[in-house]
Amino acid sequence: MNFETTIGLEVHIELKTNSKIYSPSAAQFGDEPNSNTNVIDWGYPGTLPVVNKQVVADGITAALALHAKIERHPHFDRKNYFYPDNPKGYQVTQNDTPTARDGWIEVDTKNGKKKIGIEEMHIEEDAGKNTHEQKYSYVDLNRQGTPLIEIVSKPDMSTPQQAYDYLEGLRQRIQFTGISDVKMEEGSMRVDVNVSIRPIGSKKLGQKVELKNLNSFNYVKKALEYEEQRQQQVLMAGGEINSETRRFDETNGKTELMRVKEGKDDYRYFPEPDLPTLSISDEWIDELKDSMPEMPAKRRDRYVNQLGVTDYDAMVITQTKEMSDFYDKMVELGADPKLAANYLQDNVNAYLNDNQTNLEDTKITPEAMATMIKMIMDDTISSKMAKKVFKAVTKGKDPKQFVEEKGLVQLSDPKKLQPIIDGVLNDNQQSVDDYHNGKDRAVGYLVGQIMKQTHGQANPQVVNKLLKGSLDK
Amino acid sequence: MNYLNKDLNSLHQMLVNKEISAVDLVKGTLSNIKDTDQEIEAFNNLNDRALEDAKAVDARGIDANNILDGIPLALKDNIVTKELPTTASSNMLKNFTSIYDATVAKKLSDLGSINVGKTNMDEFAMGSSTENSAFKTTHNPWDYSKVPGGSSGGSAAAVASGEVPVALGSDTGGSIRQPASFTGIVGMKPTYGRVSRWGLIAMASSFDQIGPLTKNVFDNALVLNAISGHDDHDSTSSEKEVPDFTEHIQDGVKGMKIGIPKEYVNKLAPDVSEAIQNAAETFKKLGAQVDWVSMPNSKYGVTAYNALQTAEASSNLERFDGIRYGYRASDAKTLDELYIKSRSEGFGDEVKRRIMLGTLSLSYDNVDKYYKQAAKIRTLIINDFKKVFADHDLILSPTSRVTAFTIGVEDQDPIEMYMNDILTIPANMAGVPAMSQIAGFSNSLPIGMQLMGKPFDESTIYKAGYAFEQNTDFHKQTPKMGGK
Repeated sequence: MNFETTIGLEVHIELKTNSKIYSPSAAQFGDEPNSNTNVIDWGYPGTLPVVNKQVVADGITAALALHAKIERHPHFDRKNYFYPDNPKGYQVTQNDTPTARDGWIEVDTKNGKKKIGIEEMHIEEDAGKNTHEQKYSYVDLNRQGTPLIEIVSKPDMSTPQQAYDYLEGLRQRIQFTGISDVKMEEGSMRVDVNVSIRPIGSKKLGQKVELKNLNSFNYVKKALEYEEQRQQQVLMAGGEINSETRRFDETNGKTELMRVKEGKDDYRYFPEPDLPTLSISDEWIDELKDSMPEMPAKRRDRYVNQLGVTDYDAMVITQTKEMSDFYDKMVELGADPKLAANYLQDNVNAYLNDNQTNLEDTKITPEAMATMIKMIMDDTISSKMAKKVFKAVTKGKDPKQFVEEKGLVQLSDPKKLQPIIDGVLNDNQQSVDDYHNGKDRAVGYLVGQIMKQTHGQANPQVVNKLLKGSLDK
Repeated sequence: MNYLNKDLNSLHQMLVNKEISAVDLVKGTLSNIKDTDQEIEAFNNLNDRALEDAKAVDARGIDANNILDGIPLALKDNIVTKELPTTASSNMLKNFTSIYDATVAKKLSDLGSINVGKTNMDEFAMGSSTENSAFKTTHNPWDYSKVPGGSSGGSAAAVASGEVPVALGSDTGGSIRQPASFTGIVGMKPTYGRVSRWGLIAMASSFDQIGPLTKNVFDNALVLNAISGHDDHDSTSSEKEVPDFTEHIQDGVKGMKIGIPKEYVNKLAPDVSEAIQNAAETFKKLGAQVDWVSMPNSKYGVTAYNALQTAEASSNLERFDGIRYGYRASDAKTLDELYIKSRSEGFGDEVKRRIMLGTLSLSYDNVDKYYKQAAKIRTLIINDFKKVFADHDLILSPTSRVTAFTIGVEDQDPIEMYMNDILTIPANMAGVPAMSQIAGFSNSLPIGMQLMGKPFDESTIYKAGYAFEQNTDFHKQTPKMGGK
């Protein structure tokens, strides 16, 4: 029997606002436990939430980036459950009136472009963090109230690779809006997966299983691949799929049972009476639309069609907004678009990979890179020299100054090169004879000698031309 | 000194003229409370620092333009203050002292008034008699065997007995007005959003409103002036400008249109019915037009209120989990046990009953039947008010069908207790302002009448209430302290 897979993803994205969603506490990490908290975050008696307008704005921005229909009169709802990291006993979220519904993104798959639908997206608060030690458990409420956007996809994906592609597309689009860092490794993007399989042709969806502890896109893909196989085996053996939550084990690539769901979770949702219903105006949406950065797909189009960059280079450059903005800046400063793309693609990316760092965390600036590329363009330096210059650029040095200090300027002037060539030819009569006897290898030797004399500064193209002329006289 | 019958203006003049000092006033108040409160039991905690606060006021001198400067007052024990514990009359918060002040507490202390103590109430404001307090039952100054009403019974009894000239209460379904009615004083539940709820321990957030309890209407308007206004900490507080509620208070009721809902005069105690008829006659005599109106959906008020109020309360009380503050069971071995034991031991029966009802009202299988249905009824009740207010300025009714009942008698029947609020609940459902003031006596116990107004039109209520007071003598009587 053949099966088809149905996948839906729930993605939580942490916004990088200065303060929390309902309290003025700082929304940042790595500080002393409970230092970024106040009476609101503690769920202290008598306290009330106040909505951070920036969070609502970011929600709308995300909705625009995901082509979703924006709710004009959203209210908040309480989701009730007890847990120590949930100090009020309820999470303030949006249940009845999510920020937006019915969005989509287009992703590149092996079989071309595919539209994947977004069911709804809403803003809500994150919970705190519990840690357990032998004798005590600890509660840190620094994360409590950090703003999140939850994006629920439609069950539009049918392969693990599509899920991967969707996540990558989603990450890119959100990253380009600037509202979140969207980094799985730092927890600013979190993914829960719903997956079911059914015999091909069956109208009814199979029993869905929820997958958790997915800490990278690759793990999402691997967990799905494992889960497809597992569910098939269960069904083929005449078994039934349970409604359950499974945890992905990174060490063995398998999913294991966390808990079986019995009945429906009852969160007793109701409208949050402490927050009035919001009113989202056309003007505000237009304002946010106007201030939205250009999305990656548009940029790729522009790079390929206007700047003549290859599809592949355009794709690499638009991996992150930082990279793409960096590229735009280089071009704006006069760097040749193709050369700029090459240098970003090769030197810069290699440097980032070698040092496991992000562009924004390095000393490399678009100004320095543009300067370097322009020096290559006007033959001031050779591409070989550029390697040294790039190294200096990574250390924050000004390329022009570096080239002058190190005397790296390329010798291209025939009047200066000719005497040197003549001298080398005089000193190496044997090679000149070899050349005339048809041994082309001799040319390489002679060029090497010239480069040696000029400490590598001679422009190889000019040297080749002049040398040929002298030998063939 | 005994200022039992002095209004705020007189006290203020005495302070300004230096006939008395703030220290005299606070000392007098505290010794008064010491004597009286042994039997009234209005206070949960007295403020040790009240005298020092008064000294500070005297040291800088009374501000002649600030009517509340140096005035002692009491706060219901669900309004958080840094100065002394805020217990909500619950074992859950028996030893809880807030690290911040409620907006109303801060506003009043910024004006130089002196918080002398926190008053008893039904636990977490759930009840109509203070019998649900975990600590004590407050006694009605008119008859110690009677309840003072609730849940702001401590505040009402403290004002009625002359312990303090002013107290604040909170009103979710009648918790300011019904005790004001039972103790013969003036209690105002302002429009929802008029007064900040920041620092009020929430019972049912979409109904709760803080308001003043005073001996007379003018004082009440003065205190509401002081505590009203938008607060950045409370998104449900209104940005509407706050008028001076005393400005037109003496303008009289001539030409005013007052409606009496025919549905509100069913099943009244005969004396109560008579008092309201007399009140209507008084208003007519003063030039108002009084007629019958209909509010057909009021009959669903209590039922719908119970579904909504318990739902919100069940959620609001989830934070009392024994983890960060408040009561924690000492012998719990697991997290679930910690929750269950702390909450079972920390909450009283009525609180648990409402948590269970509210949880039921919101549960997946019932939310459509209860919570959502009740929310629709709320809209119908709001529409009833809109219709009446389209051609009326005020609605007149009794505050309660009965006068203060005997301590202990209704303890056994929660449903009967809930029905006590049938005439006060609609104003909370619609968020409109409503005030209770004395309109007669029945067997030496006060009868309260209720005036309800348009949203944010407390001024008209005060105007009518003041006119009524000027033309009647009921408010001039003071309790014989225990009726003995």
